[in-house]
Amino acid sequence: MSEPRTPGLRTIALAVAWRSVHNFLTNPAFLVPALVFPLFFFVSFAGGLSAIGNVPGFDYPTGYTAFQFVFVLLQSAAFGGVFTGFGIARDFETGFAQRYLLAASNRNGIVAGYALAALIRALVTWTMLTVVAVVAGMNIDGSGIDLFGLYALAILVNVAATMWAAGVAMRVRSIQGGPLMQFPTFLVLFLAPVYVPLSLLSGWIHAVASVNPITALLEAGRGFIAGDPTVIALAFAIGLALPVLFAFWARGGLRRAEAAG
Amino acid sequence: MSGGLRTQVGQLAHRSVLRTLRQPAQIVPALIFPLFLLAVNAGGLKGATNLPGFPTDSYLTFALAVPFMQGALFSVMNAGTDLARDIETGFLNRLALTPLRGAALLSGLLAGAVVLGLLQAVVYLTVGLIAGADLAAGAGGALVIVVLAVTITVAFGSIGLFAALRTGSGEAVQSLFPVFFVFLFLSSMALPLELIQTDWYRAIATANPVSYLLQAFRSLLIEGWDIGELALGFGIALAILAIGMFAASGALKTRLVRT
Repeated sequence: MSEPRTPGLRTIALAVAWRSVHNFLTNPAFLVPALVFPLFFFVSFAGGLSAIGNVPGFDYPTGYTAFQFVFVLLQSAAFGGVFTGFGIARDFETGFAQRYLLAASNRNGIVAGYALAALIRALVTWTMLTVVAVVAGMNIDGSGIDLFGLYALAILVNVAATMWAAGVAMRVRSIQGGPLMQFPTFLVLFLAPVYVPLSLLSGWIHAVASVNPITALLEAGRGFIAGDPTVIALAFAIGLALPVLFAFWARGGLRRAEAAG
Repeated sequence: MSGGLRTQVGQLAHRSVLRTLRQPAQIVPALIFPLFLLAVNAGGLKGATNLPGFPTDSYLTFALAVPFMQGALFSVMNAGTDLARDIETGFLNRLALTPLRGAALLSGLLAGAVVLGLLQAVVYLTVGLIAGADLAAGAGGALVIVVLAVTITVAFGSIGLFAALRTGSGEAVQSLFPVFFVFLFLSSMALPLELIQTDWYRAIATANPVSYLLQAFRSLLIEGWDIGELALGFGIALAILAIGMFAASGALKTRLVRT
């Protein structure tokens, strides 16, 4: 009798991703906030602050709705990753993650599975956000390739945030680590040029936003949707570096979780 | 108030205050988070003061009203979560066996919200003034701001009590936070009503009572003494408190019957 085949990284990742995505799509408590919050932020910022587009020096030609769309897209990308971190922490609290650790021959597949699930749930959110934005009359001056660049940046942000949150979740192994996943993400997002371009910021927030890596991602994203690509090389360099950096962080978390048993 | 009722309220209030003060996890986010958003918004939206018709040249002064409202939102969570925990742990059931009156229970439970509201108001105002915000109404205005903030905090706290009594679940109370956040965002939080350009958004913000609570704070910070704005703000806060307490009393009766 032949030995049963040991599942590889891909099989493990797909199994973990399937369970996470299934939980996400079938539980309104997870699905509704993931869909409603980005829409709500988009409506609040683009609707309530549209007069900001008239501030002297605000020279974004595609309009304030598109300007805010890019921020909300990247924000939902980041928070999709963070919410996946919550799921990992919950799995540890309920003991399910420990069963993953016992069953998986290649434990990197577990992290890869969570990351895949985070990306799928982000794609669901982005689809609805984009449809609503277009229906609401958002201008898109960029070409298809430009938009591909915008969504590619969003994917990189999503992967980076998932790796960050997974690293925290596997170290803390409790939902009590939620604020630790969420607050730094919130901080780094809102210390970027959220409401106006960098050139219109002044004082301490200009200084902070100037060195915040998210600023380059936002500026590149806004350039893509305006059909006027800008700081692309820097944005993609940052966008690629962050997931790699946080993958090491997540790997360290996995080792800690393995050691904890 | 009779002596017995006073004793009941006093003991529950003492417990509520101690419980609030002993939970840094309740106090710290309620102080830090609104101040962080104030700092970010005051820096990021400074350019809005260049819009024709903006009421002040300091966005920090305009935005300083917002932390008081965010602080009140935290009181919904804190008051509600504490009561929900009492329900979940069976403490409320034990209270139901005593001759405790419903009014004493609800009033006493809000004492923690009063203390937290007071602490929040003083910290927000002090930090705002140190950071350079104006206070057109002077020292008397500062006092009224604190009183208004505490009133709103207690009013929102009563809604937290209602939610806790209705659901009996801390998780359900926590899930109310986004709902209240929606009320805050769909108001004149970031711009004055007359400068909101999107018609439907302005219509919602105009109908949203939170806009008038914000305006009551802003009147003291930006304009000085405007009795009409203050009366509207206090009136709305007291109306929310009355509705919240009425609803909570009804929910308490139902819960005790279930018990």
